[in-house]
Parts: sequence; structure tokens; C-alpha cells
Amino acid sequence: MTWVGAGLLLLVAVTGLGVVRTRDVTSQVIALSFYGVLMALVFFFFQAPDVALSQITVGAVALPLMVMLAISRMRYRKSAQRKMGERDA
Amino acid sequence: MREAIRRRLFFVFGGIFFLSFCYAVVDLPPWGDYRGPYGDVISRVGVYERHATDAVNAINYDYRAFDTLGEEFILFTAVLGVMMLLRREEGASTQDAGRVEDRLRLSTTVRATAMPAIVFTVVFGFYIGLHGQLTPGGGFQAGVILASVPFLLYVCENTETFRRVTSHSAAEVIEALGAGAYALIGLTPLFLGMPFLTNFLPLGATGDVFSSGTIALISACVGVEVTAAFLLVGYTYLEEIITGEIPEE
Repeated sequence: MTWVGAGLLLLVAVTGLGVVRTRDVTSQVIALSFYGVLMALVFFFFQAPDVALSQITVGAVALPLMVMLAISRMRYRKSAQRKMGERDA
Repeated sequence: MREAIRRRLFFVFGGIFFLSFCYAVVDLPPWGDYRGPYGDVISRVGVYERHATDAVNAINYDYRAFDTLGEEFILFTAVLGVMMLLRREEGASTQDAGRVEDRLRLSTTVRATAMPAIVFTVVFGFYIGLHGQLTPGGGFQAGVILASVPFLLYVCENTETFRRVTSHSAAEVIEALGAGAYALIGLTPLFLGMPFLTNFLPLGATGDVFSSGTIALISACVGVEVTAAFLLVGYTYLEEIITGEIPEE
């Protein structure tokens, strides 16, 4: 059992590094979401199912969703302004 | 040159941090070793005093419900802040930027996966919310799960569908009602001559869905508030894309 916990913690460390090393924002959000799921697994393994559920909902769903929404808003604004510039020109 | 100095500095301080981290880990208590008295006390008396089998929610929504009330209003204020920062002023001139061309639907595979997922998500959300006092879960988690349903619909349909299922003005009222109901449940015992946030309702049979008095009720209120809060934030972010209007420069 100790090895399962150690393996999970190692996976979290590797995934955390992966999130930081990902440069494209959209891919980074997906990596962040995966990191959230792994953290939830760790909490579940260390016998905190309540925290694990909160972690899944917040870390793997809510946080990536908010970042995605912010990105899409910025992209839309930028593309709309570019389109308008073309129309005026 | 500066890059090299920065990297060297990182290795020096990173090394110091790593060594002190290792030193701290060595002295950690072993797995499952619990030293505080409160957890033992709560897990011993919690079920008898509150008829709630999930000690975490008995603490969150009863023993320290005052703290949770504060957290609830932190979320409320945070959502208010997001809406204020991204708001569109009344009567401000906007220009039509053209709706997003999302008439083209996603692949059948995505839709075939997302559509059944909506059904499961709704059922799971209500299950988690209603059984908070019995099993891990509770209102907060249920709220986020239920709020993800319209977004799933957005994934397999389009912005138009998202706008139709989430009424902005209704979400505002529902969020305020959810947060206010929590405070009202806390205030009611005051009129009965008991302290703030006393569990004044009948506790019911342990293990029953309708048990543990105000714990289940507060959990449900939190669920309503969180669902509306996340929908509000989501709508606020997507508002320009949904309406196809951006503010005039």
C-alpha cells in the first residue's frame, strides 16, 4: 500500500511539471484538469473522500472551465475586432 | 548573462529549499497518526448528537456552520466581483460583431457521449446533494456538478441552446435566495430563544435521507447557491459570444 501512495505522489509531481512545461494555453488547461483528477486520487487514497470530491469538482471541472471561458472571451473579442478592422478598411 | 545568474541563483535557493523540505519530511508523523483531540471527539459523539453519518458535513454545516456561512458569502462576493468587472453598462453603445458560426455541430461521437452524460450528471448531482449528511459530498460539490450540465449542453449543441437553458435574471435571484436562505436558517433559532445556527429541526432516523435536521437543509441551500453562482459566472464570461455584441471603442 505504501508503494501505491508513493507512486501516486510521484505521478502528481511529474504531472505538475508537465503542466508547467506545457506552453500552449489550451493544452495547459487540459493538463491542469488531469492534474486535478490525480490530486483527487491522492486525497481518496489518503482516506479523505470528502476532500477528493471537492477536488474533482473544483480542480478538475470548475477551475479549467473558468480558464477556458476567459480564454474564449479574449479570443472572441480579438477576432471580432480584427474582422471589424477588415470591414472598415 | 543575466539568464545564467538567474539559473545559478535558482539552483542555490532550490537546493536550500529541497534540503529543508527533506528535513521536514523526515519528522512528519506516520500515516494515519492523528494528534488533535477534536476529530476523535466529533467522530465519537457526532452520530449520536446530530444523526449525521458523514462527520465532515456534520462539522461543515453544523458544528462550524458559522465559518461555512462566511465561506458561502465569500463565493457570493467573488461572483459579484466577476460580474461587476465584466459587466456591460446599461445603455452603453455596442456594435454588432456577428454571432459565432456554431451552426456546424460537433461530431456524432462527441454528441453521443455528451448527451447520456447529461442524464448521469443530473442524477449524480442530486444524489450527491441530497445525501450529504450520509455519505461524502454535500451541497457545494452538488452545485458544481449540476452547474456543469448546461456547459455539457453547450458542448453538444450551441450557444443558442446555452442561452435558452440558463436564464440570467433567474440565476441572479436564485443565487441570492440560496445565500439568504442559509442566513435565515441561522437566524430562526434566535426567535426560538436558542443560539445562532442551532440545529433546531427534528433530527430524524440516522441514515435516512431526511435526517440530521438543519444539516441537510443548509446543504441544499448551499447547493442551490453554488449552482446559480457558477452559471452566472459562466454566462458573464460568454455574454459577448452569446449576444454577438462587443462594446464600442
